[in-house]
Amino acid sequence: MKKFVIAATVAATLVSAANAADINICVEGAYPPFSSTEPSGEVVGFDIDIANALCAEMGQSCELVKTDWDGIIPALLEGKCDAIIASMSITPDRMQIIDFSTKYYNSPAGFIGAEGMMESGLDGQRVGVQRGTIHHSFMEGVFPNVELVLYGSQDEIYLDLVAGRVDAIMADSIAMQEGFLDTDSGAGYAFFGESYSVPEYHGDGAGVGVRQGEEELRDAFSAAITAIRESGEYSMINAEYFDFDIFGG
Amino acid sequence: MRFDLVADNWVMFAEGAWMTVQLTALSLLIGFCIALPAGLIRARRIRILSPLINIYVYAFRGTPLLVQLFLVYYGLSQFEAVRDSFAWPVLREAYWCALITFSLNSGAYATEIIRGAIETVPKGELEAAKSLGLSPRKVDFLVLIPSALRRALPQYGNEVVFMLHGSVVASVITIQDILGAGRTLNARYYIAYEGFLTAAALYMSITFVLVFAFRMLERRYLRHLRVSH
Amino acid sequence: MENLIEYMPLLLSGALVTITLALFSLVLATVLGALGATGKLSGGIIAKSIVGVYTTLVRGVPDLVLILLIYFGGQRLLNIVGNWFDADYIELSKFWAGVGAIGFIYGAYLTETFRGAYMTIPPGQIDAAKALGMRPISVLRTVTIPQLISFALPGYANVWQVLIKSTAVVSIIGLEDLVGLANDAGKSVREPFIFFAFVFCMYLLFTFISQNIFMYAERKYALKGHDDAV
Repeated sequence: MKKFVIAATVAATLVSAANAADINICVEGAYPPFSSTEPSGEVVGFDIDIANALCAEMGQSCELVKTDWDGIIPALLEGKCDAIIASMSITPDRMQIIDFSTKYYNSPAGFIGAEGMMESGLDGQRVGVQRGTIHHSFMEGVFPNVELVLYGSQDEIYLDLVAGRVDAIMADSIAMQEGFLDTDSGAGYAFFGESYSVPEYHGDGAGVGVRQGEEELRDAFSAAITAIRESGEYSMINAEYFDFDIFGG
Repeated sequence: MRFDLVADNWVMFAEGAWMTVQLTALSLLIGFCIALPAGLIRARRIRILSPLINIYVYAFRGTPLLVQLFLVYYGLSQFEAVRDSFAWPVLREAYWCALITFSLNSGAYATEIIRGAIETVPKGELEAAKSLGLSPRKVDFLVLIPSALRRALPQYGNEVVFMLHGSVVASVITIQDILGAGRTLNARYYIAYEGFLTAAALYMSITFVLVFAFRMLERRYLRHLRVSH
Repeated sequence: MENLIEYMPLLLSGALVTITLALFSLVLATVLGALGATGKLSGGIIAKSIVGVYTTLVRGVPDLVLILLIYFGGQRLLNIVGNWFDADYIELSKFWAGVGAIGFIYGAYLTETFRGAYMTIPPGQIDAAKALGMRPISVLRTVTIPQLISFALPGYANVWQVLIKSTAVVSIIGLEDLVGLANDAGKSVREPFIFFAFVFCMYLLFTFISQNIFMYAERKYALKGHDDAV
C-alpha cells in the first residue's frame, strides 16, 4: 500500500495532469478569502467558486491550475492555461497584453496598519504591496515618498506586518478585511485613510483574463457572469463569503 | 522581446547590481573573518573548539542557502521573544537577515578551504622559519598564514563566485538585488523573459570580472608554485 | 509541533519529490557531462567550442535565474517547436523544468570532472592495450572506464552534494518539493520556524546518507595495485 502511495505521488509529479479538461484556468492560492490553499493542497475561495460556477454555466469542464501571481500572465500567454480567474483587475496596462471578460466583482483599495496610524504620516514609512498588482503601480504613482516593499504574495505581507517589518499594507480592502483583519492575527490592526478606486490604476473591477484574439471565450465568460448574476447562483456564493454584494456598482 | 523596457529601467538594474555586489562582498569579508581563526583551530585540532566548529561547518555546508535564509528571516520572526529582544532592530531588516545568513554560510565554506590550505603548507617552510629563530606566533603570522592563503586562492576564487550566485535567493525575501530588479520588471510589464535575461547577463558579467581578477591574483601570488618544464 | 505532525505525510511526499528531482537531474547531468567531456577531448573545433561556450555560460549564471528562464522561456521554445511540427500543446511542468535546469547546470561541472579524470589516465596504458591487440571497445571496458570511475568519483560526489542542495530553489517556481511545501504550510499555520527546522534536518540527513554511499563507492572502486603500476 505504502509503495503504491509513493509510486502515485511520484507519478503525479512526473506527469502533470493530462489536459483532459476543456478549459484550464489559472488561479492563485495565497489571497484569502478569494483563493487560499488547504493543508491537503486543494485551492478554495471566492475566485474558485466563481470559476466552477462559470464553467458549469458554460457547460464546459475546467481544470484549475495553481500559479504564482508573478508568473500568471506569462502562464496564460504561453498556454499553460486558457483563462485567469485570480481577482485580476481590468486595467488599461493589462489590456495591452491580454483581454478581459466583463467584471465579476469590484472592490476599492485601502491601507491597513497598526490602530491609530494616519495617512498623513505615511511619508518615509514602509508599505508592503504585492509585486505587479494595481496597488504596486498605484503606490508608485500616487505615494512616491513611501518606502515600497515588494512581495510575491499577499500572505507574506501579512506575516511581515505582524512581525513589524512593514508599517502598512496597500491592497484590496475586502481581501484584507476577510483575509487578515477578521482573523486572530489581525487584532490591533485597522484600516486608515481613504479608500481608493482610481480608474487609471484600479481599472473597472476584476475580470476573467483570456489571450487576445479569443473573443469567443471572452464573450462566453461575460455571458456566463451575467447568467449566474441572474440565476441567483452568484448571490449564493457571495453570501458564503461576504455580508454585502461584492459585485459593485 | 522588449529590451527597450530594460533600457527605460536601467536605474533599477544598476541599483540591483550594486545591492548584489555589496551584499556579496560584505558577506565574503565577514565570512573570511570567521573562517581564518576557525580554519586554524580546525587544522590544529584544538580540543572542544574544533568539534564545535566542525558542527557549524557541517550544518551550513550540508543544507541549502535558501533554507538557511528562510529559517532566519521567517523562522526567527515568528517568536515574540525574538521580536522583543535587542536583536530585533537588526533581524527586522531583510538586508541584515541576508547578510548574517550569507556570512555564516560563506564562513563555513571558507573554513574548510583555509583548513585544507594550512594542512598543505610544507613542513619544511615552517621548520626553516623556526630555525631562523622566529617565535611560534611569528611563524604563524609571517609564514604559515600567508603561505596558506596563497595556496587557498584558486578554491577561494570558486567560493567567491559561488557566493555571488548564492546571493540570488535574497530576492525571495524582498531584497531588490539583480534578480529582484528582473522580477519587478517582469511583473510591472507582464513579461516573462526580459527581466530574467537581463539578470542572467549581469550575473555573467560580474562572474567573468571575478574569474579574471582571480586569475590575475593567482598568476601573481602562485608564481613560485608553478612547475616550469 | 502538532502542526508539523499533521503535515508530516505531506512533507515526506515533498521529500520524495526532492530526491526524485535530484536523481533525474543527476542522470541528465551525467549524460551531458559525458557528452561534454567527449566533445572537449576528441571532438573537432566545432564540438570543442560548443562545449566551451556551454561550460562558460552555465558557470556564469546562478541556478535560480536559469530555472526561471527555462521554466518560462523553455515553454515558449516548446510551443514554437511544437508549432513547426503541428504537434499538440506540450506542457513543460515545473518538475521537468527543474530537472532540465539543474541537469544542464551540473552537466557543465561534470564535463570538467570527467575530462580531468580522463586526463589522469596515463596515455601509455591505452597505447599498451592497443598494442596487445585489444579492440577499442575492450580497451574502453577494461582499461579506461574502471580508472575513469575511480578518478572521477570524488569530484562526482562533490557535484552531487551541491546539486541536491540546488534543488531547494526549484520551489520558487512553485514546485511542491520539500522546501515549497514547508514554505506554504509553515506560513499558513504561522509557524515557519519548526517547518524550516525540519527541512534543515532533512537536508542534513540527505547529505549524511549520500556521504556514506559515496565513501563506500570510493572504497569499492579504488584501484587495486595502482601503486605498483607507477
